[in-house]
Amino acid sequence: MKRQNVLVLYLADSALDSPVIAWSSWDGTGTTRRMAGDEQEPPYPDGLSALRDGWRLFQTSQLVPHYPGAETQTSYLKYEFLFEQLVEVVP
Amino acid sequence: MSGYRKLTTREMARFVARGYLMYPALTPPELTERYLAEAAGPGVPEVPAGTPLLDAYPPGSALHGLITLPEVRGVLDSLVGPAPLVDHHFVHLTLGRPEREALGMGQALPSQHWHQDSTIDTRAGFDVQLMWFPHEVTPDMGGTRYLPGSHLRIVSEAAIARYQNIRGQRHVVCPAGSLLVLHHGIWHGGGSNGGETTRHMVKIRLHPTVPQVRLWDLSDFAEADRAQRPIFWQRAARPDGDLHDILCEYQPWYEADTARLEFINRVRLFRYLLGDETFDADYWLTRLEFPPERRVETASATA
Repeated sequence: MKRQNVLVLYLADSALDSPVIAWSSWDGTGTTRRMAGDEQEPPYPDGLSALRDGWRLFQTSQLVPHYPGAETQTSYLKYEFLFEQLVEVVP
Repeated sequence: MSGYRKLTTREMARFVARGYLMYPALTPPELTERYLAEAAGPGVPEVPAGTPLLDAYPPGSALHGLITLPEVRGVLDSLVGPAPLVDHHFVHLTLGRPEREALGMGQALPSQHWHQDSTIDTRAGFDVQLMWFPHEVTPDMGGTRYLPGSHLRIVSEAAIARYQNIRGQRHVVCPAGSLLVLHHGIWHGGGSNGGETTRHMVKIRLHPTVPQVRLWDLSDFAEADRAQRPIFWQRAARPDGDLHDILCEYQPWYEADTARLEFINRVRLFRYLLGDETFDADYWLTRLEFPPERRVETASATA
């Protein structure tokens, strides 16, 4: 039986080898309890390192043109990369 | 910090850049002891939204003592003026192990998701939120987590909950009587209390009743603070306390392209506070506002 672990890395720009500025881990196996604020250092220095460690990239955020009149407004983290690992678990 | 004193221009600029000011052990032990005794008894009163701050708490109570403390008055006068209104207050309690077990609760509750209080807020000025920690907060007690420099991001409350950890995030660890003064927009969340002691944090949100223009002590604002200077290619370090450096302080979680947008938004806020639409730091707004056609217009007008 397989379960999905998801790692989300927020990078400094739209290139996969740019530095990690934020991160989230979601454990589909239920063996770890992750929560906001539980780590001060990211699991990888950049997105490419996660790829090289076996994580499969399945989604990246799009580059969205800036709304007229709001070009200098800042909001949500822009460069989101979602990775997965499928893990075998014993039922 | 001792007695009544307004913020300096540098302190104001740090608030504009970081979105917070932290005052460790600001309030005297007598006040924190009074609060803890009240918490065990009558507790904190209900206050209707929009109540003038000075009318909100009974004289003699711990919270009245807090908001009339000269050190606190100086900070509030500088940020929201002399007569702010109470938007709301809230006592955040995070139970320690003995109290959890007494209530039949198991492990500690998880930390609170990242969020920005209230709702989408695009006004020029700001509310402040006081977070008062009436007892020591040790690392295992899950002190409030906050993100320096996040206050000018326009987001919708808990929409940022998908982020778990962000470079540069800070956790309050402080002595008793510490006061954290926040811009309303700062991203934050309560931590998970894995310790023995129940954690109290009193939050009071204040709304200004006057334009937040030149409310601080400007005696240290000099003409040199307006001057532009070399940017990017700089042979020598700038002196400590350079106003442009304070306003353009980098945060490790900013994207490569958004750090400079944050600087632009900070300059806009500082212009509002200064009441001067010509102020700039490191040319970020000037290059956008002064294209060639406007230079021609200006030259014609002054000819």
